[in-house]
Amino acid sequence: MIDALHNNKRLQLMLGLLFGFCFGFLLQKGRVCDYEVIMRQLLLRDFTVLKVMLSAIVTGMAGVYAMREAGWIKLHKKAGSLGANIPGPLIFGIGFGLLGYCPGTSVGAVAHGALDALVGGIAGIMIGAGLYAAVYPKLKEHVLNIGDFGDKTLIDVFAVRNPWAVILPVAAIIVLVLLVLEKMGL
Amino acid sequence: MSTVIDALRDPSWSPYVVGAGIGVLSWLTFLFSDHPLGISTAFAKTAGMIEKAVRGPKVSKKLYYQENQPGIDWGWMLVIGVFIGALVSAWISGRFRLEWVPSMWEEAFGANIFVRLAAAVAGGICVGFGARWGNGCTSGHGISGTMQLVLGSWLSAACFFIGGVGIAMLMYR
Repeated sequence: MIDALHNNKRLQLMLGLLFGFCFGFLLQKGRVCDYEVIMRQLLLRDFTVLKVMLSAIVTGMAGVYAMREAGWIKLHKKAGSLGANIPGPLIFGIGFGLLGYCPGTSVGAVAHGALDALVGGIAGIMIGAGLYAAVYPKLKEHVLNIGDFGDKTLIDVFAVRNPWAVILPVAAIIVLVLLVLEKMGL
Repeated sequence: MSTVIDALRDPSWSPYVVGAGIGVLSWLTFLFSDHPLGISTAFAKTAGMIEKAVRGPKVSKKLYYQENQPGIDWGWMLVIGVFIGALVSAWISGRFRLEWVPSMWEEAFGANIFVRLAAAVAGGICVGFGARWGNGCTSGHGISGTMQLVLGSWLSAACFFIGGVGIAMLMYR
């Protein structure tokens, strides 16, 4: 039955819109589409962005792995490599600081009237993505395959049989980090 | 009822409520749509659609667009939804206001719109380029990938912040 739902293309487009609505609503309520909130995070003065991300990770991880263990869902792990997951994200990070928004929060910022997010964010990100498509064949041949580690998870890295032996400690560390941030008044 | 309406109109919620909400939303997208939350692929698909409209069908022959076919899919609709959801959220809490230069930028670098836009476009290009290079952004890697404990996503998320903190510290010394 769930497969029929997944294969219903028209319904899935509607669900995408609905889930996006909720995502955008939440991002805006969390103030993480505000230039100042994002920049103050990058300046390590205000940890709102990290608090949102870490609590999403803990909550999401518990449910997603529980559903995976129950056989309800399958994971969507992206394969990675040192050549892909270090230089690209560092360039992303530099852009993140210059722009003051990431792709999702650019969209959210335009929605509260930030025109720099429209011109710089929406247009700039598309230009950057288009430029990437132009150089992709060369990078694929020479760079993206450097230090390939596939779609390994931390569970594979620690080579444990029971995934909860990694999930629970990761959750505990995240909660501890959040408690320390609160304690420090950040 | 009025407390629900008050909460919906409140301009800012606790980051933990928002984070937990995004986590629960992820459960739903995995279960009902067999998809994780992710934003930047839709930008690449839109870039491909625009390039195709301007330069013609030969654009489809590019290796990147063969492997990632431009078109309207679940992830594209998700981004449209993000815009509408954020707009409704901002509107009902009275936060919608057109602004070219954020006040924090203005205090440090002045009110010149073109200076701000030049930095924003340069930043946006790096964000778009870097997101495709690393195959994900702060949503796809930073939230969806990390919650699945994917090694490449944790590495990417760390690099997003290393790059971002570095440039922010240089800008706002």
